[in-house]
This record gives sequence, structure tokens and C-alpha cells, in this order.
Amino acid sequence: MRSPRLALAVVVLAGLLLVLAPVDLTGFGIPYPGLRRYGTYILTLWLVTAVAAMGVNLIVGYAGQETLAQAAFLGIGAYTTALMTQAGLPFAASLLVSGLVAFLVGVVLGFPALRVQRHYLAFVTLAFSVFVWLVIRNEEWLTGGVSGFANIRRPSLFGISLRPAHSFYWFALAITAVLTFAMWWLLRSPWGRAFTALRENPLRAESLGVDVRTYTLLAFAIGSAYGGFAGALYAPLVEFIDPAPFALGPSLLYLLMVVIGGAGSFVGPFIGAGIAVLLPEWLRFAEGHYLIIYAVLVMLMMAFCPTGIVGLLARLFASGPRAPAPGKPRVLEEAKT
Amino acid sequence: MTDFVQLVVAGLATGAIYALAAVGFTLLWQASQTINFAQGEFVMLPAFFALAAMKWLGLSFSLAALLAITLAVLVLGVMFKTIIVDPLIRQGVLPLVISTIALGIFLKDGVKDLYSAEAHSFPTILPDRLIDLAGVKVSMAQLGVLAVALGTIAALSWFLAATRTGRQMQATAQNATVARILGVNVERMILYTFLINAALAAVASLLISPIYLAKFSSGETLGLAAFVAAIVGGFNQVRGAIVGGLVVGVIDNLAAAYVSTAYRQAVPLCLLVLIILFRPQGLLGRKEQRAV
Repeated sequence: MRSPRLALAVVVLAGLLLVLAPVDLTGFGIPYPGLRRYGTYILTLWLVTAVAAMGVNLIVGYAGQETLAQAAFLGIGAYTTALMTQAGLPFAASLLVSGLVAFLVGVVLGFPALRVQRHYLAFVTLAFSVFVWLVIRNEEWLTGGVSGFANIRRPSLFGISLRPAHSFYWFALAITAVLTFAMWWLLRSPWGRAFTALRENPLRAESLGVDVRTYTLLAFAIGSAYGGFAGALYAPLVEFIDPAPFALGPSLLYLLMVVIGGAGSFVGPFIGAGIAVLLPEWLRFAEGHYLIIYAVLVMLMMAFCPTGIVGLLARLFASGPRAPAPGKPRVLEEAKT
Repeated sequence: MTDFVQLVVAGLATGAIYALAAVGFTLLWQASQTINFAQGEFVMLPAFFALAAMKWLGLSFSLAALLAITLAVLVLGVMFKTIIVDPLIRQGVLPLVISTIALGIFLKDGVKDLYSAEAHSFPTILPDRLIDLAGVKVSMAQLGVLAVALGTIAALSWFLAATRTGRQMQATAQNATVARILGVNVERMILYTFLINAALAAVASLLISPIYLAKFSSGETLGLAAFVAAIVGGFNQVRGAIVGGLVVGVIDNLAAAYVSTAYRQAVPLCLLVLIILFRPQGLLGRKEQRAV
């Protein structure tokens, strides 16, 4: 998307489609009955997953590190929100606190790991996700242990209850939109551009005055905070949390989905999250074997197109019917106007 | 005091097994810059080869163990290198990392879906009988584990240091370009490294499974122990991985007894963070230079 106007149009159209997705449009002469309860739930789950994946993308795609603990940060957010809602605190406060706690834990965890060489963050986060899982499972007085937390209340907004699936979907959509815009702004800021320099060549970026360690640490902490935000949305979405979705396995899946979508591209995490959420639905016929199929797909993808689906699409369009050279049509357009 | 000694011996036994996995991991890293995130699953799988051979083919344990090691060398050595690593090595580090993570999921869920989701008991090499050693009761099974693991490591060290092929492998690990100029068949040496890693993982698998049972999900803990052992000892040192494995094993066992069994698995994290904070190159490691 070279031209900003086209990009804006696509974003507005996508936003409109997402807002209208659960609405019954048959009354307006459009044969679209709107998503039912389960469809809306899946779409909300996609939003939550995409928020967490955006965080992973910042860490992996822009800062060039590997995190194996995003599900653990989701867990931190989810349990923080569950505890705070139970204490009667407003959801807005729990959302912010969830993100903040994840951010601070990210700083504490990333500080030692990022002092050393690449891949150390991967091992530290690997150990950390085992640790978080142990805490959630063992500290029954706080987290309810294996039996988990039931009846997490969905918040209400200006007196309107968000209990119905559609209302909560719109609420999650609004928060996702804000977080997406924040990420976009972050990556376009001079601060964010330093990441690109960092990913391309850390040593050169350092010699040009980019404080590599601080930037990488902040990227990891912000990416983890997105995990916390996602967790804060996840808890009221499913209304019941237990240790399972925050274990090491799901953390690995977050990393995989970002790379499958296209690490380092802005839309990559949304595509990757979509696949990760929809694949189990599509592969219903394969029963429990869907993870095996998914793993094979990932390995094939890495062998043939390591830039992910975004890279695959770019390649398809580049090798398809030869498009006019970029830049040229715009000149013509300008000449016409 | 006798309790303590027994715990240390048990810790050394599991630690020697971790060391096997960590040495293989370090060798792979040195020879081909492959970080194998499926290393834990590599240690989990061969025990199931042996179980399947005993159950479906009716083989005796020793034959099944031999078959498991052979299969591991073929599947986790040759096939892993040719199918997963070779096509990816030129794509940079991240795709290979992702691919080995996916491979780990594949192996884990493959065992769960195709064999069983249960934990299986596994025969020991020596009978689990207590013997008296200078007033301290030690399990024969543990001594057997320790002997086999240390013997395997000693044989490997001898091979690397004293044979021509072993030294060519070391040269490849230290500087592949110079090794190639000196006439070393670098490709072949890298293949040998993959074979050795698979064999080490298979031996580790056969030794650890009687202790912690054979289960599809045990790769998580085993992998974590191997990574931590490699980092604690020094990422770029085979000797370091041995020391790291023993240290992790002993601390793990002592923590389970004296601190808390519930948080036993958290001990590697603490050890990892401490080492990274105070001795990032590992106990025996040397610092790596970076190139622009």
C-alpha cells in the first residue's frame, strides 16, 4: 500500500465491515443475517488474540527478539482483571493495571536477558512461562488453582451492560482499535523507526547512537503490556479462566502465529491471529489432530516462504500480471487533477 | 547428612542425563548455528520408540533400546538435518527457530495422538536396589544411570579430542571457513554432529524415562533443563554443558527436597537469571566476539 489515501480507504472499509459483522442486514435489502452468538464470540476471540499478537510482532518483527511467554503475560492480565473485578473495581482501572503490571514484569524480566546475546530472551521467557504457570496452578488462595476463576463479570459502559455477545464485541473492537492506532503511531514515530534500524543491523544502529539495549527492553516491555491488555479482555470474554490457556504451549502458538502472518509487517499479526483462531474451527473434522497439521503447515511455510502470509501475498502480486510501475499512476492522476 | 549425600547422588544421576542433552544442543549450535527448540522433545521421543518396539514388535528391552537409538539417529539426526535444517539454514535464524518450535509441537502431539497421552513406566538398566556404600545407601539404578551417562560423555570427549574425525569436527565448529580451506569435509562433519546429537538424546531418553516416566509432555521440562544447563555451563563449550548439566541436576534435586516440590521447576529460572546477571558467558564459557 504505497498511497496513504488507498490505505486509509482500506482501513475505513475494514473497520466498517468489522462493526457491521454481527448486525442483521436483511432489513436493508442485503442478504446477510449477521453473525450469531458463537460467530461473534470467535470474532471477539480473534480481536483479543490479535492484540496479543501485535505485542509479539513488536518484539519479534521490529526488535528482532524472540518471546516465548506471551500467554503468560495474557495470564497476568487475565488474573489481574479477574481479581480486580471481583474486588468491585471498574474495568477501565483493571485494563490499565493489567497492561502496567505486564509492562513492569517485562522490564524486570528483559533487563537481565537483554544484557547478553540474542536468544537469551527466548530462554528466559521460556523459563518464565513455566514459572507463571506454576504460580497460577499452586497459589490457590489467589488464583483458584486448577479449578480456576468462574463468573468473571463483563463490565458495563455508561450504564449499558456489556453482557450480550454483540455489545461485548463492539467494546472489544473499540479497545482493539485504540491499541492498534497506538501501535501504528508508535512505529511511525522517530522512536519506532529506530526499531527498524535495530532489526536491520543492531551494531550499526548502535554506532549511530541508538541505545540498543534500552530500545529492545522497551519494545519487549510494551509488547508484553499488549499481552496484559489482551488478557484483560480475555477474562471477561470467556468469563472463566484456569491455568491451561496461559501455559508454555499457547505462548509458543503466539510466536508461531505472528511469524506465519508475517513478522515485521503491520497487518501480519491480524492475519496470523485469524488463522490461529479459525484453524481449529476449520479442522473440526481432524478432531484432536489439528495441532499436528498446524505444525506441519508452519514448517512448510518456513521452508518455502519464511516471510509469512504477507510475504506470500506480496510475492503473488509481484509475479502476477505485471502491474504498472509504482509511482507512475500517481503522477498521471496528479496531472489530470 | 546421609540424606544429603543421597540427594546429591540422585541429582548427579539426573544431571548427567541433562548434560547429555545439553552437550548435543551445544554441539549443534557450534557446528551449524542451529538452536534446537525441540531438544526436549528429542529426549522425549526415543523412549516411545522403545516402548512401541516392545509393545508392537514384542522385542526384548535391550533390542528395543538399540532399535530406539538407531531410529533416533535416522529420524532426529538424518531426517531432521535434511528435511528441516538444510532448507532453512540460509533463511536466517528466526525461521529455523520457528521451525524447530513447530517440530517440537509436532513430535509432542504426534506421540500424544498416535501412541498415548498417559505416562508410561519404563524399564531400568540396573535393578532399583539400594546398596550400602560407606554407610550411605545409594540406589543401583542411579549408579547405573550415572555410569552410562558419564561413560557416554567420556567416549564422546575421547572421540572429539583423539580421533581424526573428532578433531575435524572441532575445527568445523571453531571456524568452518578455515576448516574447509584445510581440506576438512565440513558438510560431512556437520552431519556427524546431527547424528551425535540424536544419539545423545536417545541415550538420555532411555536413562531419564525410568526416573520421570515416559510422557508426551515431558519434553518441556527436559528441554528447559538442557537449555539452562547449556547456558549455565557456557553456550560455546562442551565441557561447560557437562558441568552445567550436573549443577542443574543437583540443585534441582536439593531444591525439591529442601525448598518446595511445587516450585521445583522454577529453580532453573532462578539459576538462569543469576548466571545471566553475574556470569553471562557461563561458568566455563568464553566471551563471543560480535562482527558487524
